[in-house]
Amino acid sequence: MIDFLKRLFGQSGSSSTAKERLRLVLMTDHLELAPEMVDAMKRDLVDVISRYVEVDRERIDVTFEQQDRSLAMLANIPILSVNRTNGHAAAAEPAAAPEPAAAVAVAATNGSTPPPDAPAAAAPKRKRRRRKKAKAAAVAATP
Amino acid sequence: MHVLIPHERDEAAAQAGAARLGRAIVVTSGKGGVGKTTTTANLGTALAQRGASVVLIDADVGLRNLDIVLGLESRVKHHLLDVLEGTATLDDALVPGKHSPTLRLLAAAQAREKEDVDTEKMRALVLALRERFDYVLIDSPAGIELGFKNAVAGADEAIVVCTPEVSAVRDVDRVVGLLGNAFKPQLVINRLRPHLVKKGKMLSVDDVNAILRLPLLGVIADEPEIIVATNRGEPLALRDDAPTGAAYRAIAARVAGEDVPAPMPAENRSFLERLGSIFGGKRA
Repeated sequence: MIDFLKRLFGQSGSSSTAKERLRLVLMTDHLELAPEMVDAMKRDLVDVISRYVEVDRERIDVTFEQQDRSLAMLANIPILSVNRTNGHAAAAEPAAAPEPAAAVAVAATNGSTPPPDAPAAAAPKRKRRRRKKAKAAAVAATP
Repeated sequence: MHVLIPHERDEAAAQAGAARLGRAIVVTSGKGGVGKTTTTANLGTALAQRGASVVLIDADVGLRNLDIVLGLESRVKHHLLDVLEGTATLDDALVPGKHSPTLRLLAAAQAREKEDVDTEKMRALVLALRERFDYVLIDSPAGIELGFKNAVAGADEAIVVCTPEVSAVRDVDRVVGLLGNAFKPQLVINRLRPHLVKKGKMLSVDDVNAILRLPLLGVIADEPEIIVATNRGEPLALRDDAPTGAAYRAIAARVAGEDVPAPMPAENRSFLERLGSIFGGKRA
């Protein structure tokens, strides 16, 4: 009865606190990298990806997760638009085939950035460009 | 990260010719006070009760305890360092078990230091014992320094003991990382309190092993009867009426390769069961 009352008033459940503390402590134990190194790695990673697509640097989320006895790095990098100014992507542009690929990239962006207006407020130019891309892709897909 | 390499089994087997070598298992944990010595004593006793020849080595030089848990403290005349340094023969130093004729103890030196142990001599000693015994169980000291490295030196398998606490799990995780997969580490979860797990106040077996992901040998409940047994120097594995004794025997059976389920402490005993154990002296 006392236990029931205690549970009712939220005094139990310290095992979940233990679980969370354990998870965090092991994550840092396994990650034999200084925080500055993680930041540098994140920066380099984004620089490479930015060569091909325009990403939202403000919303990049890099986390580390334990998978079995090893550590996995999970990066969630929202794509704002496919960067056509760069030589790599531009080379493939005239062909009809790559167009659906661009549409997929835009769709992925919408999915990973739930309200597109939030970052767009700071960069209205980007928003316009993205919409144009989507329209172009839709046109390409119709026939 | 430095990974310890278990001593070359093939080479050892070649040296021994056709003779079958016993298994050398180190019992370790990183953290102190989780029950390594109690586990070693009970597992060794249970294996010996099954008829196997077993030698227990107390590798905690400077803090001799295994003889106490086994009730053999008054019979220890020579210790591990006497043997390693050649001032006593192995036969002089091996103390026969009180109740288990096939059990032997090689005690630690109480007045010496871990730095006095020659790692290579320790390795050679364990190999020599593997030629004579079915099981060589090595009770490792806490920590991951020299004492641990000496304890691991001759072993080819490891049992890690962990309690359901954040610090113990973290330390086991570290030790398993140091051991590497070559030691095929197996897990004993000790001091579990099922009623606290049920209330969400203690990490559960699944919580612990979701992190460690090791083959589970068994789970031992935190029972007063373990303290009583240690007070008396009579390992619970000898007692047929003790639930914890049965759990240790099941762990021994699993170590021996028998296909029995990993022992799990019963869920919270009901009021009537507790009442029954008070009056009947036995448990349902």
